[in-house]
Amino acid sequence: MSTTYLPAGLPAPSSGPDGLAEPYWDGTRQNRLRIQKCQGCGAWQWGPEWCCHRCHSFDMAWEDINGEGVIYSYERPHHPVHDALVGHGPYIVVLVELPRYGNVRMVGNLLGDPQQLVEIGAAVRAVFEPHEGYTLVQWTLAG
Amino acid sequence: MAERTLRGKTAIAGIGETIYYRHGKSPDSEFKLALQAVVKACADAGISPHEVDGFASYGGDRSDAGRLASALGIRELKFSNMFWGGGGGGVCGAVGNAAAAVATGMADCVVAFRSLAQGQYARYGRGAPVASVGGDDAFLAPYGLMSPAQRFAMKVTRFMHDHGIGQNALRAISLACYHHAQNNPNAVMGGRPLDAATYDASRWIIEPFFHLYDCCQENDGAAAVIVVSAERARDLRHKPSYVLACGQGSDHRSAAPVHNMPNYPSSNFGTIAQRMYDMAQLGPADMGIVQCYENFTGGVLMSLVEHGLVPADQANEMLVPENLYVEGGKMPLNTSGGNLAECYMHGLELVIESVRQIRGTAINQVKRNDAAIVIGGPMVTPVSSLILGSEATL
Repeated sequence: MSTTYLPAGLPAPSSGPDGLAEPYWDGTRQNRLRIQKCQGCGAWQWGPEWCCHRCHSFDMAWEDINGEGVIYSYERPHHPVHDALVGHGPYIVVLVELPRYGNVRMVGNLLGDPQQLVEIGAAVRAVFEPHEGYTLVQWTLAG
Repeated sequence: MAERTLRGKTAIAGIGETIYYRHGKSPDSEFKLALQAVVKACADAGISPHEVDGFASYGGDRSDAGRLASALGIRELKFSNMFWGGGGGGVCGAVGNAAAAVATGMADCVVAFRSLAQGQYARYGRGAPVASVGGDDAFLAPYGLMSPAQRFAMKVTRFMHDHGIGQNALRAISLACYHHAQNNPNAVMGGRPLDAATYDASRWIIEPFFHLYDCCQENDGAAAVIVVSAERARDLRHKPSYVLACGQGSDHRSAAPVHNMPNYPSSNFGTIAQRMYDMAQLGPADMGIVQCYENFTGGVLMSLVEHGLVPADQANEMLVPENLYVEGGKMPLNTSGGNLAECYMHGLELVIESVRQIRGTAINQVKRNDAAIVIGGPMVTPVSSLILGSEATL
């Protein structure tokens, strides 16, 4: 039985070509969830960028966060747009907001029944899904 | 300093379209289609292609301005311009940039165009067959989020949720486009009428709001418009369609990575529409002609709301088919069939339809035809929209 939510064969994440996101992928391989925190003004920032959008400091640290969030939006794709998904059936993508970290948002799959009812506002938590050479962050209903 | 405005300084004097094909069905190469569209637009205007001196396009068009200028024997190229961003976000911006070039004296006769033969290149609606992805895609593609529909669906989900808008509003948009295409001999979906039951029964592309008929086609074809000064346009053979305003750009941090744009459930026109209306010295109530880019019907809904044409809290009541049909509708929408049912010409077919409406030569002619709003591809960034008008609006 597959241990990943989606079948093998989808594109693997790369931190290239500029290495900007390398600390994130280093972290997930160690089951640590990290996002950027500006050392100039304290703003949380996600996705990664070279400077802070608020104060323009280039001193962007990577800090571990706990993976507690709420579902901000979602979709359930049916039509396969990649060969790896042909015949797989629908799956759920969620956009998760992290209220404790400046309401930054992360994208992942909602684990469990792909036909489940999804509620905007539902509490979710991050779980780590190891793949060959990288680890994805996925989301599961909390509680 | 003279008033800084585009209003009334330039006009669209010529329009040209190739035959529109289903994707992969064009017998002609993409570049040949571009040439055909430009030559047709020049003929429509009564201007020799040798007199063209500028090109403006968008969406990373592959038909290079230098090659076009050489192929057409253009005497002197004075303006060549590409609007950043993907899809049809730049369609109105390309026309606006052409108008700005003419209004400021940089060039005299600028073609805004799009050529697209997707059958000869990659399709938009497929994920790239690559082993790894970097940048923003590294946080999206491994989760099965790859196509334009998938990138935008969560914006629509949240917008519908926030405003309590139902699927019927999206269905009405789709039905209106298919309805208008049935009279249009160049519409790819001509002869294929759509009814509500067929829409409802169509397969899900993406739940909860993207049925098959909420999604645009992919097509082969090319289209072009000729922009000249207002003075020159008045001496040419057709009634001029004056460029009254163009708005382009994006909301605050609208390209923030991994879906972190602050104003998420948005077509990205929130900050643009009023700026454009101010330049045109007109408002949404003046727009008798409404052409709104459909990549997906959810984007049309948000675009109409953000341009003040449909208040969000009245969308369920206003977006019903009979309101959008040319026969008696309060707001006839996409009167040639649009991207959904005429051709996915990245919205340039909507600009051309507005010109036909202002001239009074449209197949589905609206009665109130002095002012037209064309809204470009929504949800991408940057985006653009355009207001055109007849002599009476000046």
